[in-house]
Amino acid sequence: MYSALWRFLPGGLVLKLIQLAIILAIVVLVLFEWVFPWVAQTFLSEQSTVE
Amino acid sequence: MSYPTRRYIRKRTKLMRLTGVTGEILITAGALMGLFLAWHLVWNDTIQGDRQNQSATGLAQQWQAPESPSENQEPAAPAVSPSRDEPPVTVPPAEGEAFALLYVPRFGADYVRTIAEGVDVDTVLNSRVLGVGRYLESDQLGSYGNFALAAHRTTFGAPFGDIGELRIGDQIYVEVPEGWHAFQFRNLEYVWETDVDVLNSFPKMNQEAPGTRVITLTSCHPKFTVSERVIAYGLYSGWYPREGGAPSELAELLKGDS
Repeated sequence: MYSALWRFLPGGLVLKLIQLAIILAIVVLVLFEWVFPWVAQTFLSEQSTVE
Repeated sequence: MSYPTRRYIRKRTKLMRLTGVTGEILITAGALMGLFLAWHLVWNDTIQGDRQNQSATGLAQQWQAPESPSENQEPAAPAVSPSRDEPPVTVPPAEGEAFALLYVPRFGADYVRTIAEGVDVDTVLNSRVLGVGRYLESDQLGSYGNFALAAHRTTFGAPFGDIGELRIGDQIYVEVPEGWHAFQFRNLEYVWETDVDVLNSFPKMNQEAPGTRVITLTSCHPKFTVSERVIAYGLYSGWYPREGGAPSELAELLKGDS
């Protein structure tokens, strides 16, 4: 899985590492801004108030 | 001499590959859960708290802006004592809309949050820009009775994260376009989630027309759980009209806004 990604990325070691860092940053950003809020709202909507 | 056959090698490699990919998926799942916790407990608290603070500051600036923008208009000097006038009673907006600002100096020198109508979890309490909500069944701000609010103790900006740090006499200010309501913190109480009589016009009493104004802050207890509620009560200590200047305790913070 990850070895395939490693082979897919062009360039030498340093270039690959830079690309990986960018991909990781994008993934984390997408998770933090959109995916996790959705997960929290959908699955963790605890009843913290009494109507 | 016996060498492994090609077939044997290929079979073994396939198994190894399968194990490897399974391992990678498991490690990824673990990392995702770790990231989620980091988001939920750290990012969600501090970053979202900052966003709520910013949105509240924006609203405060709107209210501070003079109606007719004449240059060099000095803002009123800080007020040392409250006005003798009766405070205005806030007309509630539509549910989910912000109508007031909450300042609690004990929660931090720059602490300010919007107060929205209603305590809906998704649209108010978990919101990126709101965070604090008024119980619809509680009394209006400015009227006699109990102005009761709810907010998270942990996560989603944690507007009431430091509710346990309140000390007797701490001021709780609620800003509206006309000025500032001041309340003085009196005591904390820990109740079960079913004890909704803390929202009564006079908390815990069945009194129809109380002669006092009370603010009630409710949040979850213990931290990170929802098994109990922590309640903070404050008694009205005065009304500061905007023309008379902000309460002196808030002056420094409000100056930083403009």
